[in-house]
Amino acid sequence: MASAFEYAPAPESRSVVDIAPSYGLFIDGEFTEAAEGKVFKTVSPSTEEVLSEVARAGTADVDRAVKAARKAFGKWSALPGSERAKYLFRIARIIQERSRELAVLETLDNGKPIKETRDADLPLVAAHFFYYAGWADKLDHAGYGANPRPLGVAGQVIPWNFPLLMLAWKIAPALATGNTVVLKPAETTPLSALFFADICRQAGLPKGVVNILTGYGDAGEALVTHPDVNKVAFTGSTAVGKAIARSVAGTDKKVTLELGGKGANIVFDDAPIDQAVEGIVTGIFFNQGQVCCAGSRLLVQESVQDEVLDALKRRLSTLRLGDPLDKNTDIGAINSAEQLARITALVETGEAEGAERWSAPCELPSSGYWFAPTLFTNVTQAHTVARDEIFGPVLSVLTFRTPDEAVAKANNTQYGLSAGIWTEKGSRILAVADKLRAGVVWANTFNKFDPTSPFGGYKESGYGREGGRHGLEAYLDV
Amino acid sequence: MPTTAPAFSDATASDSALRRFLFGLPGVDAVGLEARAAALGTRSIKTTAKAYAIDLAISMIDLTTLEGADTPGKVRALAAKAVNPDPTDRTTPRTAAVCVYPDMAATAAAALAGSGVKVASVATAFPAGRAALDVKLADVRDAVAAGADEIDMVIDRGAFLSGRFLKVYEEITAVKAECGPARLKVIFETGELSTYDNIRRASWIGMLAGADFIKTSTGKVATNATPANTLLMLEAVRDFRAATGVQIGVKPAGGIRTTKDAVKFLVLVNETAGEDWLDPHWFRFGASSLLNDLLMQRQKLSTGRYSGPDYVTVD
Repeated sequence: MASAFEYAPAPESRSVVDIAPSYGLFIDGEFTEAAEGKVFKTVSPSTEEVLSEVARAGTADVDRAVKAARKAFGKWSALPGSERAKYLFRIARIIQERSRELAVLETLDNGKPIKETRDADLPLVAAHFFYYAGWADKLDHAGYGANPRPLGVAGQVIPWNFPLLMLAWKIAPALATGNTVVLKPAETTPLSALFFADICRQAGLPKGVVNILTGYGDAGEALVTHPDVNKVAFTGSTAVGKAIARSVAGTDKKVTLELGGKGANIVFDDAPIDQAVEGIVTGIFFNQGQVCCAGSRLLVQESVQDEVLDALKRRLSTLRLGDPLDKNTDIGAINSAEQLARITALVETGEAEGAERWSAPCELPSSGYWFAPTLFTNVTQAHTVARDEIFGPVLSVLTFRTPDEAVAKANNTQYGLSAGIWTEKGSRILAVADKLRAGVVWANTFNKFDPTSPFGGYKESGYGREGGRHGLEAYLDV
Repeated sequence: MPTTAPAFSDATASDSALRRFLFGLPGVDAVGLEARAAALGTRSIKTTAKAYAIDLAISMIDLTTLEGADTPGKVRALAAKAVNPDPTDRTTPRTAAVCVYPDMAATAAAALAGSGVKVASVATAFPAGRAALDVKLADVRDAVAAGADEIDMVIDRGAFLSGRFLKVYEEITAVKAECGPARLKVIFETGELSTYDNIRRASWIGMLAGADFIKTSTGKVATNATPANTLLMLEAVRDFRAATGVQIGVKPAGGIRTTKDAVKFLVLVNETAGEDWLDPHWFRFGASSLLNDLLMQRQKLSTGRYSGPDYVTVD
């Protein structure tokens, strides 16, 4: 038995998804070409293969879509909640039925492993529609007064890290509360939103209630600044979030922003070490670290530093990086060449500033965009890699001696989206969680999501909450 | 010879020292442990990897019969099967051992002589272990004299659960001394220890006391080997080797019946302890019905068709 246990390739079949050579914009229930006739290509990050050609929305298209949404708003918002719920339940069920197809599509377009799209993204996408479908006829009981009213047309711009999940986070509560939607997916991952447009048609959703505009930042800007948009919802980078906040300042538009993060994952010396190591891995290497709430700063108590780091390096050496369609792949491709360049530049800065770099010994495929799981030790609060969001599979390790120091370091960031605490002592979990300035604090786990749980940030991580009962508020006139 | 690792000799100096040591081990978060075991269970093992895993699993089986109704004839039949698991395909690997009660050890030893298949015998008043130490040691002596290459002992769960850890430790060292050249597998009966923290502590007591193998269970209680408790024990032997250089084997027993399950356990070994443990010397399955499923899957891989229960032998 000299040979090791090599797992034979176990690729998920591509044939379950039928990608058309080109797609139009989805406006008023129809796929149409962009007014200016512009198109762009979307590629598979793991192979750089062109998957499809997609219409590029311009200002005129944004205007058309907003008009369609405005027209649909009257009837849609006047429907009884129980009727809107039926559509949402239908969408949720279709998503479940087509989940394998959507999981493969998302993996192709985004580069993340099929394991994650299949086991995390798609179940959550369906769960969000089911959850908000349940609220549609119970808005009177949501705590926002009797008969709360929708806002109108929601302009939504979503990122490329969880394309379909972010769509669900935005569209499900908007529709449940009676709003209509114009959504712009990210330019590197437009396909699952277009498939969702098809699902809307399959569900018989009235025309204009959901409109999908594929395009670049200029289309997003035109959408959020459109005078007839009542509500802006954005998930993405802090820089763009700030620009949006400036552009809507002084208008009566309601805004929610889910922006960057630099989550602290705090490991105390009495933590369940083996599970903490798993949690650290989930915290920063889930979705190649391209997660706004990633636990990208590990704060480990000095007394267990060596033990934790040894265990972590050993664990990272077993991560399987490669073909995202292989069911055994743990780490997929970085979403785009631009993102890879950004990660690479920040890691070089980390090395230049004197932090010690360690990367898992894994072979990177020759085509596509890849970055090996990496960690930095000897990091201090002054290092760039401890301050800036890297949005890649790069973990910065800092140490602390006392709980107070852990809290001080965890909070010493311009962000405040997530944090994690690892300890066997329940009272410490409560005491520390209370002092952390973060929208979500996980205890002895990390990166767990649920539609019933509100999500959102402090400070430069944005404002407003998505998910749960709180997520309704952002789409109601309260 | 007890082989207490020098690095931890202080830990077993007294009951209180041992207690302090055991309670100083990192805790186990049950949710996280089970989630990790379940996640590894989703590995997709196909074609060549599956063929490798099936043969490896067959070679790791302690083919077991532990019934009051055991007869010499049954033991001889089992021994024949261990040596030649699939009469239709002589390339099938042998199992690692045949596991019997002490009174059947001589029969098994005679039947397996020269085959390379080991004789394992459950001793120490298996499965409850509720007998005086002298009786347990006599049981072990008996089995070793009858030709057992391996002794599967049960720990005193009563002593463990009432916090008398040193008693558990001393009993294991006494049994180990009685084993002579035989390798000692220490059974915790994880289903009775009830918490993961207890399983980790029991693992460390066993390893400190000189166990050659740590084993989940007797197969005689409701909860036997699970992916989670086996994962936990694999972490324990991994950590123990890192700390002392001493490698110890792991044997999940009871309830592993299908090829699919066995492959999941091998994935746990591969990704937790590592490939050094992917060897019958360091990992065993305590199972009896598992073998036939492995054989049927093996036939399926070689012929492309499923056969049926009549194409493998009944015992």
